[in-house]
Amino acid sequence: MAQMNIVQAVNSALDTLLERDENVVIFGEDVGYFGGVFRCTDGLQAKHGLHRVFDTPLSEGGIASIAIGMGINGLRPVAEIQFSDYIFPAFDQITNELAKLRYRSGGEYWAPVTFRTPCGGGIRGGHYHSQSPEVYFTHTPGLKVVVVSNPYDAKGLLTTAVEDDDPVIFFEPKRLYNGPFDGDHTAAAKKWDTHPGGEVPEDYYRIPLGEAKVVAPGDDVTLLAWGTMVHVAQAAAARSPTSCEVIDLRSLLPLDLEAIVASVQKTGRCVVVHEAPRTSGYGGELAAQIMEECFWQLEAPVERVTGWDTPYPHTLEWEYFPSQERVMEAIARTMENN
Amino acid sequence: MSRKRRTLHVPEPPARPGEQPDFSQLKLPKAGEALKPAVDGDAAEMHDLAFSLVRVLDDKHKAVGDWDPKLDAETLRTGLRHMLLLRIYDDRMQTLQRTGKLSFYMKSLGEEAVAIAQGMALRDEDILFPSYRQPGLQLVRGRDLVDMMCHCISNQRDNAKGRQMPVHYTWREGNFVSISSPVGTQFPQAVGAAMAFAYRGEENVAISWVGDGTAAEGDFHYAINFAAVYRAPVILNVVNNQWAISTHMNISIGGATFAARGIAYGLPSIRVDGNDFLALYAVTQWAAERARQGLGATFIEVFTYRGEAHSTSDDPTRYRPKNEWKSWPLGDPIERLKAHLKAIGEWDNKKHKALEKELNELVIKSYKKAEEFGTLDEGPYPPASTLFEDVYKNELPHLRKQRQQLGV
Repeated sequence: MAQMNIVQAVNSALDTLLERDENVVIFGEDVGYFGGVFRCTDGLQAKHGLHRVFDTPLSEGGIASIAIGMGINGLRPVAEIQFSDYIFPAFDQITNELAKLRYRSGGEYWAPVTFRTPCGGGIRGGHYHSQSPEVYFTHTPGLKVVVVSNPYDAKGLLTTAVEDDDPVIFFEPKRLYNGPFDGDHTAAAKKWDTHPGGEVPEDYYRIPLGEAKVVAPGDDVTLLAWGTMVHVAQAAAARSPTSCEVIDLRSLLPLDLEAIVASVQKTGRCVVVHEAPRTSGYGGELAAQIMEECFWQLEAPVERVTGWDTPYPHTLEWEYFPSQERVMEAIARTMENN
Repeated sequence: MSRKRRTLHVPEPPARPGEQPDFSQLKLPKAGEALKPAVDGDAAEMHDLAFSLVRVLDDKHKAVGDWDPKLDAETLRTGLRHMLLLRIYDDRMQTLQRTGKLSFYMKSLGEEAVAIAQGMALRDEDILFPSYRQPGLQLVRGRDLVDMMCHCISNQRDNAKGRQMPVHYTWREGNFVSISSPVGTQFPQAVGAAMAFAYRGEENVAISWVGDGTAAEGDFHYAINFAAVYRAPVILNVVNNQWAISTHMNISIGGATFAARGIAYGLPSIRVDGNDFLALYAVTQWAAERARQGLGATFIEVFTYRGEAHSTSDDPTRYRPKNEWKSWPLGDPIERLKAHLKAIGEWDNKKHKALEKELNELVIKSYKKAEEFGTLDEGPYPPASTLFEDVYKNELPHLRKQRQQLGV
């Protein structure tokens, strides 16, 4: 075991994958010599070679499409999109081409591509460096979607994602790269070294996609979250007088519906927390599935705590970012019907 | 030369940290060498200009050749003043960023002539679609420094209402269109704006800038193609400053020059020394005149060097030689214009010192004034209710409900 932050855990996963499989290639903007703007690929080019970890032209559409071609022809590409806000020029290639390749070819062709991309806010990045675009991809059949919340998961899930023969969009909340963040921006920044998720094996391991994790057990309300919001939800749960069960979904697609249903059938109440805007957000999908599976056990309507239906602001970031207080209020509202 | 293919070719820059800067591959024609075609000339006859380099200022700081725009001394001094102000403003804002007064900053160091000379060659009615590296256009068009600073420190007088990172200016009064972070998006938009001018039969032109890195984005190609097809009155500039964060320009382009790409689309395509105020002015003036006469778009490669980091978020000593900018064979645009003014007897060191002092004081005074409207740390910020404004022209019911949930 070693202490790692998410940057180091991602780096360790990629290092291990490069070593184990000569078909793994890594590329993207600034990822080669420089090691990525968030340093996730630091040292990998020097260690594994210019042709295995390389810089690309600034062209997300180009990055996505060459990844598909490489994937079709036997390689296992791991492409970085520098910020998930910049993924949209690649949208056609990802959603119309990559996602549908296996289906449209009757199963003859596929491309085992993983896109790693930093997401989320809380870094004063304004609307072009803060978005959480996960639902554009969960809405597209053929793609798997992962959002990580700690270093241990980051390495295990990235390893599985890269080895998966289906395409995976792998989101790394940039606010969590260097430490857990529970939404309290006035507190001193924490590091991963005191968090259990910061303990990461140096060797190869996998975490299956589609397995949620109960990060805090409880009895009365289920809190569903992913990425940065896992930490916000946990902090809110700890402050709330209500006994809350906090579940980190880890992968949105495949979704661990079983874990959700088991919890909500027990608690009868649910609050979904996500950073992306509310309308057509993944919270709506979860609320619908919970309604379908747990309707007779529900004691209160499913609550959603989300980003507002506005672009992500710069100055008023903390008015936008779903806070512990808003989560606690939602917990309290679900308890009103007690 | 044939070589057995062993594995994938991946290009590298000429020099990395710890190595000596190496610009030996650059072919720099002499000042005055490039021929100047008639404004209504046939693009097919101008191919040389895409491989050469338009230069006006020679080694003795004299203006030479057909491209000399023959500007009067007053205009040259104005250009010098704008460039110097931009550099002093940048230094001040970057320093303030280091002390936490701004969340982010980007300088124009070494590229001051791009926005200033090109901006001065245009009319105020011409619409600007800049990238984040041409804030100097606002100085040319007379924007109040206080307003620029209020945006950068994200206070209550920020006309972008605190919605953007610093240096993402917007200024409708100056025909300066809101800056976007995703690179290149503005390039084809400028073509659309130019098509609107043409549609209404107006003489105005649109102009846009992207970097060498951005020339790899699809938007770049949409722009040149549409511009050529519709003969749009637009000036499309690729500012080749050698580096896109850590990506050297030879990872952006596989050969030839950026300017040469315009040829394939049928546009007059000109490569110009981006650190030569006079050359930049002349080429832009030529392109604007061509556009105003209904003769269509011009494609320009502005050849320069990014003197600073990409932004305050990166450290260039990790990917390029430390002193590379100082070795740039085309020098410093401010020093070169200053030397020219001195060479023609219209400037001296005493005046320059006095100007520096005046501009320093202006920047300091403006910042004091800007801080009166609030700071990033302490506010006051735009009221929280503004979070919900301008998502649509009129507030929709679901947003009203969310605003009320926030209690504002």
